[in-house]
Amino acid sequence: MSVAIGTEARSTERRPSARRRSASFAIPLLIAVLAVAAIVALSFGAAGIPLSRLPAALGLSGESTAMTARDQLVLWSIRVPRIAAAAMVGGLLAAAGAIMQGLFRNPLADPALVGVSSGGALAAASAIVFTDSRFGETLRFLQTELLPLAAFAGSLATTAILYGISSRSGRTSIAVFLLAGVAITAIANAGIGLLVFIADDRQLRDITFWLLGSMSGVTWTKDAVLAPVLIIGLGACAFIARGLDLLVLGEADAFHGGVDVERLKRISIVMVSAMTGVAVSISGVIGFVGIVVPHLLRLVIGPAHRLLLPASVLSGAILMVGADTLARTIVAPAEMPIGILTAAVGAPVFLFILLRQRGLASL
Amino acid sequence: MSAVIEARGLSKRAGRATLLDGVGLTVAAGEMVAIIGPNGAGKSTLLRLLSGDLRPNEGAVRLKQRDISSYTPRELAARRAMLSQHINVTFPFTVEEIVLMGAGERSARDAGSLVDAALDEVGLAHFRERQLPTLSGGEQQRAHFARVLVQLAFGEAEHGPGLLLLDEPTSSLDLRHQIDLVEAARRRAASGTAVIAILHDLNLAIRFADRLVVLAGGKLAADGPRADVVTREIIRDIFEIDAVVHQGDDGVPYVLPQSMRAMVPPR
Repeated sequence: MSVAIGTEARSTERRPSARRRSASFAIPLLIAVLAVAAIVALSFGAAGIPLSRLPAALGLSGESTAMTARDQLVLWSIRVPRIAAAAMVGGLLAAAGAIMQGLFRNPLADPALVGVSSGGALAAASAIVFTDSRFGETLRFLQTELLPLAAFAGSLATTAILYGISSRSGRTSIAVFLLAGVAITAIANAGIGLLVFIADDRQLRDITFWLLGSMSGVTWTKDAVLAPVLIIGLGACAFIARGLDLLVLGEADAFHGGVDVERLKRISIVMVSAMTGVAVSISGVIGFVGIVVPHLLRLVIGPAHRLLLPASVLSGAILMVGADTLARTIVAPAEMPIGILTAAVGAPVFLFILLRQRGLASL
Repeated sequence: MSAVIEARGLSKRAGRATLLDGVGLTVAAGEMVAIIGPNGAGKSTLLRLLSGDLRPNEGAVRLKQRDISSYTPRELAARRAMLSQHINVTFPFTVEEIVLMGAGERSARDAGSLVDAALDEVGLAHFRERQLPTLSGGEQQRAHFARVLVQLAFGEAEHGPGLLLLDEPTSSLDLRHQIDLVEAARRRAASGTAVIAILHDLNLAIRFADRLVVLAGGKLAADGPRADVVTREIIRDIFEIDAVVHQGDDGVPYVLPQSMRAMVPPR
């Protein structure tokens, strides 16, 4: 039978595979879904703006009433910057996850797993506790600016330490990197625990809220931090895509195939820490986006990184805009921390992947 | 014929252990060389030094008249291709996508006919859209061989005869596909490629190669035409087994270990 199939395949013309056909639709489709999600998100919130009033509020039609002025204030000073930030944070987290999985050749790898997020969280919690008690009211105002900077610095420092531990004479050991990450996560969590212990009630609430992740309080300033990182990141994604594909063969065989493996690893590690660090600094710790999005995409469009990385950015953006809209509305006028939502959906998917992998391994 | 690869006085140490000690090897364009030797003899280390993957502690490797460390990874990939022994692909790439990886930055359209030819040559054309991790070990090995053939073909189109390195390429293949792989390598040698393979099956090595290189304890124990190397004495010294060397009907020798000969019924 196999012989018959073989001769049949030989005689057919080259045609794009089913996966490649679905892949060619992926990017335009995801852009369209993101646009719809953003419009819906604009309309929902503590102060609702019906879809019929959206064009006027966005300045697309000439009408101008007192209602329009209120709508415009809500939209441009609160909702648009927030939705833009949610989209960019989701895109950064999903892309960082996809890159790290390619680097580790493991669909369960995630920046949160190697302590990059925890390092940022520890630095942010330190900022909350120490700026408050050491400098008192005089420096309170700095906290808004200090918090993202501290988280970013913490993520970068964690990555630098990780890289220092796992890199010897120009070679980076992925296994050491992963295990060192587990240890650093534990150290960072111990530090956070200590801070929680010494924090007063109000600080504790700040820390907790930030650790759970939230998009509230996002301003245009924060968007201005996110946008360049995302744009540079997307450019770098195109640059490393083929290398990450070949890395699936293992480091030696990627090298045999012409990849400068050490350079690829250095660029990927810096990208992952910058993307995660900036995202964490804006939104706090939001887990599982980096694992769930790339995994689901691989099932549909395949694992090739040239498509997977940009598709991850778009899908991560859609997921986060949707999750943030839910977070803003289900307990309105209060807000649900967004990290609770992503963990509630993400953790079961993580377990599902784990079980499927075990199934494969036992075959 | 000019030397494609030239290694002199290669030594490689890992900690206190000496993996390879003063080994030299020159392989010309169109030549087929099999490396044989017991486990731990340094065969894989030698191949990784020849591929540029490892750097020697002493000695030097010259590929196409240039020091191998002076090439960038991409330049190197256009001049030598290597098939490793165990490759574990975790993501669901299809067979076609894996083979296409041998084509470098070229698009699927530009590389299509070579990918087709390579898939045909390893007998996997009907599996092109299957996900690699769902195939058997031998089928995966053949898909990787097709990828390596595509890489070699593109490199040779630009830079002339290249180097093909095979690390135990037949270890997970059935008998028919072992022969197929050896013949595919022979065709490359016939068109000028220098081929070096590590093989454990002495009889396959004899059929495969013009020349046999024997490694033992990290040192070069023998290097020459098969008739000189495949002798009862050398097999006893290197592999520590007693074996009888017969002449086949076609003049090619074959090796029969003693304990197995006892099981063959008398003619």
